[in-house]
Amino acid sequence: MVEWTDKERSTVSAIWEKIDIDVIGPEALARVLIVYPWTERYFGTFGDIFSATAVLGNAKVAAHGKVVLKALDSAVKNMDNIKATYADLSRLHYEKLSVDPDNFKLLADCITIAVACKLKSALNPQAQATWQKFLSVVVDAMSSQYF
Amino acid sequence: MSLTAKDKAAVKAFWGKVSGKAEDIGTDALSRMLVVYPQTKTYFSHWKDLSPGSAPVRKHGKTVMSGVADAVSKIDDLNAGLLNLSELHAFTLRVDPANFKILAHNILVVLSIMFPEDFSPEVHVAMDKFLAALARALSEKYR
Repeated sequence: MVEWTDKERSTVSAIWEKIDIDVIGPEALARVLIVYPWTERYFGTFGDIFSATAVLGNAKVAAHGKVVLKALDSAVKNMDNIKATYADLSRLHYEKLSVDPDNFKLLADCITIAVACKLKSALNPQAQATWQKFLSVVVDAMSSQYF
Repeated sequence: MSLTAKDKAAVKAFWGKVSGKAEDIGTDALSRMLVVYPQTKTYFSHWKDLSPGSAPVRKHGKTVMSGVADAVSKIDDLNAGLLNLSELHAFTLRVDPANFKILAHNILVVLSIMFPEDFSPEVHVAMDKFLAALARALSEKYR
């Protein structure tokens, strides 16, 4: 069971409130595809995602970025039960989408960087620690149904 | 995953923009590393104060970033250029090389915070590759 202090809970909520899902989602996913190009393998139906320019202008990438980040809302609202909350999504990513779970960590890092660009020094070291702890719990939950 | 000419150009151009703040970058990156990854504190048990922005953290942040600056100037042959630093890390400091990745991540977070307009995805990938190549060069002499 993951333990959260009151301060950690309010930090995660405060950060989440400041994030515009429609901006951060597309940015985070674009960074994943540009910084870790092997992730292109999962998006065969998205058209041209083979250059930074193409990725940044791709409407399907932007739309999917919003979907992915919206899903983080369930974790923010269910911090005491993240593993159960993501069980179905985990199974989906394993059985249907065949996503290597290493990629969840890459996405988490890109989300953190996109959030850092937006929040700047408001994401102080302690806030970064809490945010990364939160994302690592989500990453574990997303990997939990792989066996 | 070696550095292309495009990567090197992007790194040099970006470094030109940010090098003036190298000390602040190093201080903030190290501060974050010690808070976000507390296991890294084990390498600094000899410091009086490990809190963000403390004097030893600032001093060491400056040292680390001058190493990064040196690496930028030797970007065409990092393995040869960083031989001495590699020996230092391998035989004297004996830092587990997994930690290079951790520090690199925190450097990238600080760059996002301090230069959000300039830290585009293209700059992000070039810097990520550069810091990974730097880490490989530092690990050269380990075994």
